[in-house]
Amino acid sequence: MLVDTKYLGKQDIEEDKIIYFETGIPGFQEEKKFVVLDIPGNDVMQIMQSLQNTNLAFFITNPYHFYHDYSFKLDDSVVDSLAIKDEKEVVIFVIMTIQDPFENSTLNLRAPVIINSVKKIGKQFILNDDDYPLKAAIQHSAKESRG
Amino acid sequence: MLILKRNVKETICIGNDIEVSVLAVEGDQVKIGVAAPKNVDIHRKEIFDAIQAENNLAAEQKVDLTKIFPK
Repeated sequence: MLVDTKYLGKQDIEEDKIIYFETGIPGFQEEKKFVVLDIPGNDVMQIMQSLQNTNLAFFITNPYHFYHDYSFKLDDSVVDSLAIKDEKEVVIFVIMTIQDPFENSTLNLRAPVIINSVKKIGKQFILNDDDYPLKAAIQHSAKESRG
Repeated sequence: MLILKRNVKETICIGNDIEVSVLAVEGDQVKIGVAAPKNVDIHRKEIFDAIQAENNLAAEQKVDLTKIFPK
């Protein structure tokens, strides 16, 4: 189906690419359907686009690209609610807050987005300890991400 | 807001399946235990609010793709 996107014009989205967020994400509890879009010419960042609201899109990235030792334990409740059977099904990314200049952009390591890539369900998981900040610098890796 | 007085080790029930217990009181701090179904998310409010605010900020940014990723 053709979908209007915030940044990438009209995109043809396959039904099986849709990720369901049962409870939305904090601040956007009504937004339950998202799709992850590639950005042409950029292999570090992607866009998480709402299918209900054209104007709602987040820049996301693989946190390990910036923080190699990023790790946390998934609560049983999340494993359950995402019906995760195997670690291999899990895809993790974090939401970026883009700033101008780009080097000042930050990553939300405190609340990663967890996706069951098989069942296509996702959740923004809030870590319960203080190990990782809400605004982690993208640091020296910024230049690499300029695509 | 409903206000209830509870002693340490006492519990209140919310609906059929949520229990909130006062486990200990140490000075200004209260240790609280919450038993709820797994589909109920439990967060410290200030953390949840901060995540909400950050998501809003991330969504509001007007990003010019051509500026960030010059071709």
